Amino acid sequence: MELTIKYFGMLAEVTAIHEEQIQIDSCSVAQLLEKLKDQYPKLGQNDFKVAVNQQLVDHTYSINNQVEIALLPPFAGG
Amino acid sequence: MDSLHSRYHRQIILSEIGTIGQEKLNAAKVLVIGAGGLGCPALQYLVAAGIGTIGIIDFDTVETSNLHRQILYGESSIGKNKAIAAKNRLTDLNPDIIINAYPEKLTTKNALTLFEAYDIILDGTDNFSTRYLVNDAAVITKKPLVYGAIFKFEGQVAVFNYKNGPTYRCLFPEPPKAGSVPSCSEIGVLGVLPGIIGSMQANEVLKIVLGIGDVLNGKLMMYDCLSAQFSSFAIPRVDTQISKVLQAAKKFKTTDYDLFCGIISIKEVQASEVFGLKNIQFIDVREAHETPKIESLHPLYIPLGSLEEKVHTLDYNKETIVFCQSGVRSKKAVEILKQQGFHNISHIKGGAIALFEYQSSKVV
Repeated sequence: MELTIKYFGMLAEVTAIHEEQIQIDSCSVAQLLEKLKDQYPKLGQNDFKVAVNQQLVDHTYSINNQVEIALLPPFAGG
Repeated sequence: MDSLHSRYHRQIILSEIGTIGQEKLNAAKVLVIGAGGLGCPALQYLVAAGIGTIGIIDFDTVETSNLHRQILYGESSIGKNKAIAAKNRLTDLNPDIIINAYPEKLTTKNALTLFEAYDIILDGTDNFSTRYLVNDAAVITKKPLVYGAIFKFEGQVAVFNYKNGPTYRCLFPEPPKAGSVPSCSEIGVLGVLPGIIGSMQANEVLKIVLGIGDVLNGKLMMYDCLSAQFSSFAIPRVDTQISKVLQAAKKFKTTDYDLFCGIISIKEVQASEVFGLKNIQFIDVREAHETPKIESLHPLYIPLGSLEEKVHTLDYNKETIVFCQSGVRSKKAVEILKQQGFHNISHIKGGAIALFEYQSSKVV
């Protein structure tokens, strides 16, 4: 299945992209993140939350459909 | 029509607001934490809309580099406390409301009493440790929290702790590793971005007070000002995170939020204090080509990048003062040296630029 991955804040800087499509079999959020961290090692140094179709989920959530994933880091600036 | 009605006429004629809505605004009490990039636009609209009581807490003073985004201030505000300078400007904007300026740092000692005196809290701070402090104080005092934060060209807005919704800790239970998310002063910010995000925060406050529209309750709104895209994400309420804060409420006043966020405290000295000090190991951590050199301090020249490998050339027991060009790299140097076991160590605020200015001012 095809997933759309969106990177926000610092994460768009460490991956050098804002958005991409990837092909992957059904997996958990944790498994997806492992794959993304293999591709972008610096991703592992950042803290962020994961949303699936605009809903925040935990890492055990299983991805079985063509969905949109967003990686959301904390911001502190004001 | 009296002056009050003419001031608010354009919003009173909105059927969703009317005179009843205006009375609600006048009865509302809103506390704005931080009168910086987010606080300035938020305050401007809240005051203009006629929120009856506004509190502004900020310990910081206005600097020239604030003026491109902190739009309540001008040249005449430089060096003044932000809470007081903001109050002065806002009193001119609307003299019919109460504005309380608190020219102090928000701490675990004053937060609960302060929060109790207001209905809604607006978070315009610029660091994680104060954000967690603000969240926990809002949870303990049961106040809705209108959150906003920015990073370069992107911003976040959300309403927390409102009508049994989630809190900031339900979104981010733990702070990120210290130093992993750069601040506006380190990485820069487009001035209009906090203008947009702070205005959105003011809008959420007005909707809560008026009871109109859909409040961003439990939703994280993300805005990217380069792609002009908004997206929002639902945040689930995590009861264990909230009860943890409530259970620790008794210890709130003695909680060290800096430590919680992994911040090593860095002692800062003023440029005016260092000339004439005896027996100090000064270190200039700038690159060799950077000027002006501050020869009179007889510093050791060790660029930040080679500090760790040259640490053995330094005297651990001597009082050490580090400086760079403007005071950013020297903080990193203090962190590195503290981790290497240096205890008696500080850095110079404003760096070589401040030293040079002070030195020049003393030369007749």
